[in-house]
Amino acid sequence: MGSLNANNMKAGALAIIVCGLLLAVSLSGCTDNKPVVKEKVLIFACSGDADKLDPADVTDGESTARTDSIFEGLVQYKEGSADIEPCLATAWTMSPDGKNITFTLRQDVKFHDNTTFDADAVVFSFERQYNTSHPYFSYGEWAYWGYMFSDIQKVEKIDDYTVKIVLSRPNAAIMTSLAMFTVAIVSPTNAALWKEDAFKHPCGTGPFKFVEWVKDDHITVEAFDDYWRGAPKLDKVIYRVITDPSARLLALQAGEIQGMEYPDPASLTIIEADSDLQLLTAPGMNVGYVAMNNGYGYNDTNHNGMHDADEPWVKTPGYFEPFTNKSVRQAINYAIDKNSIVTNLYKGTAIVAKNGMPPFMLGWNDAVVDYPYDPERARELLTEAGYPNGFNTTLWVMPVSRPYMFDPAKIGEAIQGYLAAVNITVDIYQIDWSTYLAKTQAGEHSMCLLGWTGDNGDPDNFMNVLYGANQCTLGTAGNVAFYNNTEAQDLLSAALQTYDTTERSNLYKEAQVMLHEDAPFVYLAHANQNLVFTKNVDGFVLNPTARYFFYPCDMT
Amino acid sequence: MKWYIIKRLLQIIPVVLGVTLIAFALIHLAPGDPVRTMLGQHATQQEIDEIRDKYGLNRPLYEQYFIWLGDVLKGDLGRSILTHEQVTTEIGSRFPNTIELAIAAMIFAILIGVVAGVISATKQYSVADYSVMGLALFGISMPVFWLGIMLMMIFGVFLGWLPIGGRIDLLIPYQSITGFMVIDSIITLNGAALISVLEHLILPAIALGTIPMAIIARTTRSSMLEVLRQDFIRTERAKGLSERKVIYKHAIRNAMVPVVTVIGLNFGLLLSGAILTETVFSWPGVGRLVVDAVYARDYPLVIGCILIFALVFVIVNLITDILYTYIDPRIHYE
Repeated sequence: MGSLNANNMKAGALAIIVCGLLLAVSLSGCTDNKPVVKEKVLIFACSGDADKLDPADVTDGESTARTDSIFEGLVQYKEGSADIEPCLATAWTMSPDGKNITFTLRQDVKFHDNTTFDADAVVFSFERQYNTSHPYFSYGEWAYWGYMFSDIQKVEKIDDYTVKIVLSRPNAAIMTSLAMFTVAIVSPTNAALWKEDAFKHPCGTGPFKFVEWVKDDHITVEAFDDYWRGAPKLDKVIYRVITDPSARLLALQAGEIQGMEYPDPASLTIIEADSDLQLLTAPGMNVGYVAMNNGYGYNDTNHNGMHDADEPWVKTPGYFEPFTNKSVRQAINYAIDKNSIVTNLYKGTAIVAKNGMPPFMLGWNDAVVDYPYDPERARELLTEAGYPNGFNTTLWVMPVSRPYMFDPAKIGEAIQGYLAAVNITVDIYQIDWSTYLAKTQAGEHSMCLLGWTGDNGDPDNFMNVLYGANQCTLGTAGNVAFYNNTEAQDLLSAALQTYDTTERSNLYKEAQVMLHEDAPFVYLAHANQNLVFTKNVDGFVLNPTARYFFYPCDMT
Repeated sequence: MKWYIIKRLLQIIPVVLGVTLIAFALIHLAPGDPVRTMLGQHATQQEIDEIRDKYGLNRPLYEQYFIWLGDVLKGDLGRSILTHEQVTTEIGSRFPNTIELAIAAMIFAILIGVVAGVISATKQYSVADYSVMGLALFGISMPVFWLGIMLMMIFGVFLGWLPIGGRIDLLIPYQSITGFMVIDSIITLNGAALISVLEHLILPAIALGTIPMAIIARTTRSSMLEVLRQDFIRTERAKGLSERKVIYKHAIRNAMVPVVTVIGLNFGLLLSGAILTETVFSWPGVGRLVVDAVYARDYPLVIGCILIFALVFVIVNLITDILYTYIDPRIHYE
């Protein structure tokens, strides 16, 4: 009997579950009968989730892809360009000494929480990042402040719609930097409401307001009807996380999503052949390179980010005699066939690099003549340098794909092959990404692959950050070739303080000639940025800074 | 039995202490630095030092461990370094997804695996036996990644029957209560959501369940073969019981003990996430969470995940052991 009862109970439970399912399914039929106006929802697949949704407290492109819909800054990039135009500030004036910038703010702008945008909001958004006694300072790491905005001494309110930014020294890059997400304006009321958790309740003045965030799955934003430029045409943008590139493309082909980032370069031909899809492609603001360790760095004991007289040049742990010789470095430049790497390994979605920053940037030097692929000349130079039989070395190869280098492993093998042809035997070394960065910044490599994606569209953000002698700090080097040419650094420092663009441009051009001659790097390529949309999406324009602006977008 | 369970529950304490201690030491001793990962390529030494201080990463390792342990006893697993989110929230938002997928995958694996194993054992050396075992071998050796992409291409793109990935059609309104989407859509009587959630479960469950299914099929077969050769089966046949009854009433139950062991172990594994399946099907589960956390050296999150996995594993094992006593009354614990 016991077993019979148990069976009855099981049957009863099953019946309840089945009834529940049936009821639920039948109810779904009811809701379908209502006439609904079709919303314009764009589902865009990203390769990863956002870290945080506070634009000042993030460094990753996935977070800014979302915050760029929600927040705006004083100035913004022009459509499809890294030049700036007014946004929340309508006008600005620079003082004659180049150290004070006064901004007139736009009036009648609302935050998504219906509070008013004014000078207090601007001061709040900046001050929490640099004023260590600000009550909100401890809520974030403000990683970009020290690196790009440390020349800002303070931000002052003049009246409700005027603010003044005071610089400690002239900085020609500051206006483009002000278009960065880091200095987007956040609602102080919202920040006070959520305190430490404001990063998951973002509230700005942008065209879309935040709706929900389901971790590792999606983030939804919807049209902000009171947006000062007028409500966007899309009703919603949903950022979905699909980490695998093949799965992203399949989802696009199946119509589950309408747009995606980072298509696998190997599948670009499939995308172009698909009549339902459109590929948007534009030159990327990046550079991928091989860095040869020139041998000397310094310890920045006073943490001022500059090489001072009392900070001696010391050998890097990866010091390797041959790479201290200019002829050897030039020989390696001659030995590598960049054209072939771009065609075959970047799958043609890149251009060959001859300078350390992409051609569309201010100060790019077209007069530099790149080292041609000439293994014969490479062997001659090696013989002249005293290495007629070549040498053995190790190439560090990045373990991850980056926007400036899609397939580092294959590029590493290709370089190994090219150098073998001039009698240089290369061992490949790989380690996980976080360790890779730490060790190359400490100068432990003799030769490594790396690259850079620009932050703000200013040449300083390439030239100074990657090639300046000040950046040869052991442990945190931005200049991983440890190219410690102080003459070049002087040019770069002068350029940063020069507001006149022609003069500034010439200084960068001069520095590029030095970099070409001294050859601390082999610049490989500037990779394109690629986005794919279905054919019914209009109006999206790629920006060189690789940021995503969905405001002009529409769907048919 | 009661004392047995209490004893086993008490054993969790040393297990968890040991596991977290080892995990703590390993992740901290591994090269790399969460602060550097967070700040990116341009960080200055000063910034790195300041933030390391803020998270207490400059203290001696044993001190960090005891601070962590003290917080855990207060129910606080800390905040993720990378996302600032509470570790409990990070894990809590993914774990229901992992549990639902693991259950769906195990249902698939058990239904197909046990039936296939029984058929293959009762029809030993027949065509059915060879094909089932061939398929099982195929299932074990198939890369999950490839299988997932194939399933998506066939059922998602070409046939258009099933969704490619994710948990639910994002255009369907859905209200989260428990985090378990199947349960939530039933208790909110949201049929459209329920259908969508179930549709989204099918392909990942097949991809994830294929290897356990193959293991279960092979274990069932060998265990059944052993049982079918035993004396009591011969006695039952001699008594004139029908072959159906012999197999379904007596043999299967006796053959189930090793099968339940295999199921328990596999279920425990699935509950600690399935990185490949989750990646291919964009499934927001704990597998991806912990792998990303390890790459970012997000210490609090990694240790938090390992703590939870250890607990889950111990509990699933305990449940498996208790299940033995129901399947085989000869087994009892003192």
